[in-house]
Amino acid sequence: MSDPLIEVPLREIAHGRTGDKGDRSNVSVIPYAEDGFAVIAEQVTAARMRDAFAHRGAGKVVRYDLPVLGAFNFVLDDVLQGGVNGSLNLDGHGKSLSFLALSVSVKVPQSVVDNARAARNGDKR
Amino acid sequence: MAQGTFHVGNAAGFATDRVDAGAPVVKALIESGAPAALFYETLAERTLAYAQRNKMRDPDKGYTPDLERFLAPVLADCVAHKIPILGNFGAANPAGAARAIHRLARELGIEDIKVAVVEGDDVREGLRAMQVQAWEEEPLFDVGRHDIVAANAYLGARPIADALALGADVVVTGRVTDSALALAPLLHHFGWDDHDWDRVAAGVLTGHLLECGAQATGGYFADPGYKDVPDMADIGYPIAEVSGDGDIVLTKPAGTGGRVDSRTVKEQILYEIHDPANYLTPDVTLDLMQVSVSDAGFDRVAVAGAKGRPAPETLKVTISFEGGWLGEGEISYAGPGAAARARLAAQTAKQRVEREFPDLTVRTDVLGLVSVLDGDGAGLAQSHTDTDWQDVRVRLAVNAEDETTAARAAREVETLYCAGPAGGAGVRLNVSPRIKTASCLIPREAIQPRVRLVGPDDV
Repeated sequence: MSDPLIEVPLREIAHGRTGDKGDRSNVSVIPYAEDGFAVIAEQVTAARMRDAFAHRGAGKVVRYDLPVLGAFNFVLDDVLQGGVNGSLNLDGHGKSLSFLALSVSVKVPQSVVDNARAARNGDKR
Repeated sequence: MAQGTFHVGNAAGFATDRVDAGAPVVKALIESGAPAALFYETLAERTLAYAQRNKMRDPDKGYTPDLERFLAPVLADCVAHKIPILGNFGAANPAGAARAIHRLARELGIEDIKVAVVEGDDVREGLRAMQVQAWEEEPLFDVGRHDIVAANAYLGARPIADALALGADVVVTGRVTDSALALAPLLHHFGWDDHDWDRVAAGVLTGHLLECGAQATGGYFADPGYKDVPDMADIGYPIAEVSGDGDIVLTKPAGTGGRVDSRTVKEQILYEIHDPANYLTPDVTLDLMQVSVSDAGFDRVAVAGAKGRPAPETLKVTISFEGGWLGEGEISYAGPGAAARARLAAQTAKQRVEREFPDLTVRTDVLGLVSVLDGDGAGLAQSHTDTDWQDVRVRLAVNAEDETTAARAAREVETLYCAGPAGGAGVRLNVSPRIKTASCLIPREAIQPRVRLVGPDDV
């Protein structure tokens, strides 16, 4: 019998950073532990990320997979409401958006959450 | 120190970065005993437009306003230890910056300093005669329009390396790709061929890792309980130790705050990257698909696997236009029922602005509930559940063609003092000019970068 799945925000198993150019934003999503990679590859699709940014008017969303680095790069068009050029949002660059991306949920066995936590805590300073 | 490595340090990732970041980096470079260079990256996309405006007001200005504050703590040590300083802090006036550096050197008692400039990036005059092509999916704009504030091509590393070959202690540039400021000293030191694509790619990756300063060493990273970063008040800025084959170890000065680990490095590798197999620069097309990171000791991460393909035949040009005016007003509400009072205030101010200026785009937020993650239509805010006790701030923002309209719209927030909900407090208004940018491509041959030494009194 396989382990029961629990639903957690992506932030429990991955971290990330937002960058921008014009009205296009990129958000990296980087699993803390190796077993998070397959989970994200399967569950955090470009379509699901687009849904998370629907209220921002997301257009095309592309996910680039980097298995050697152990990371994903989401490129989201039209989510900056004009970008620094014309946005009335306080955050014209979209620098805060990685935490919107990390609020997407994933369904994982407890072990995946535990491994991510162990990877984080293995290098406490 | 690894045998035969060249060290590149970064002391700034933008024009208003910490001015005290450079000194610990230079100390570490000197103590390593390795040949080294230091660079400052101070030009975000629209910084050059502000610099052009400064130059219009005073022809001697137009370089990074904090230039002297950045360089004063490190200039004497760098010159004495043959650590060249490179920076795009020339902005709209590289020669003006060079003269300012000579004045600073004199004040610091430094004799015999050579300052080189790289020019030719400014294409405001020449753009009309060039074969301009559209940038990605952007519509091509009218290159003859009259509200262009700045137009600059992104130059690559070769002219900067040529400036180092002139024996420059400081190389001042205008617009160059950020990564070129790190690649250039590597080209110069190791004598890499400009078409040795994998090594050039490693040099560009080195620059990409370093160009945002503390973002590689624990800045723009900390998330307490998840990603903890020690001593953020004194984050050490990054240093890359690069071998002649392009192997990179990223680290930071000993005894500084921050951290360098695989997570800080991975986040920075993908920062502002779109297609990771095709990162276009004037020097090389960088392919990150085989890049890996590995632990190389305390606060040391090895980065390997950058691949390069030939650079594009075109150069990117970024153009800045006059962009109208931004008007903003803010007011606070606190205590029981604050969220409801803030929503009422936002609705009231918005109603009045839209009635007076039907053509304006108006946005309101309640900061402290949900704001920066929301869209202009406030979709998230509408589904937010208020708690009983809040300390929140209403913000109204408009884009207007002219300053007066922006100011009048913002003033509707101030009128809430007497005519808005109970307990409105702490109004702040801001009206500021905006700059819009667009990009295009030009043929590489359309630009002739110029490299020259500039003396204390040279124009």
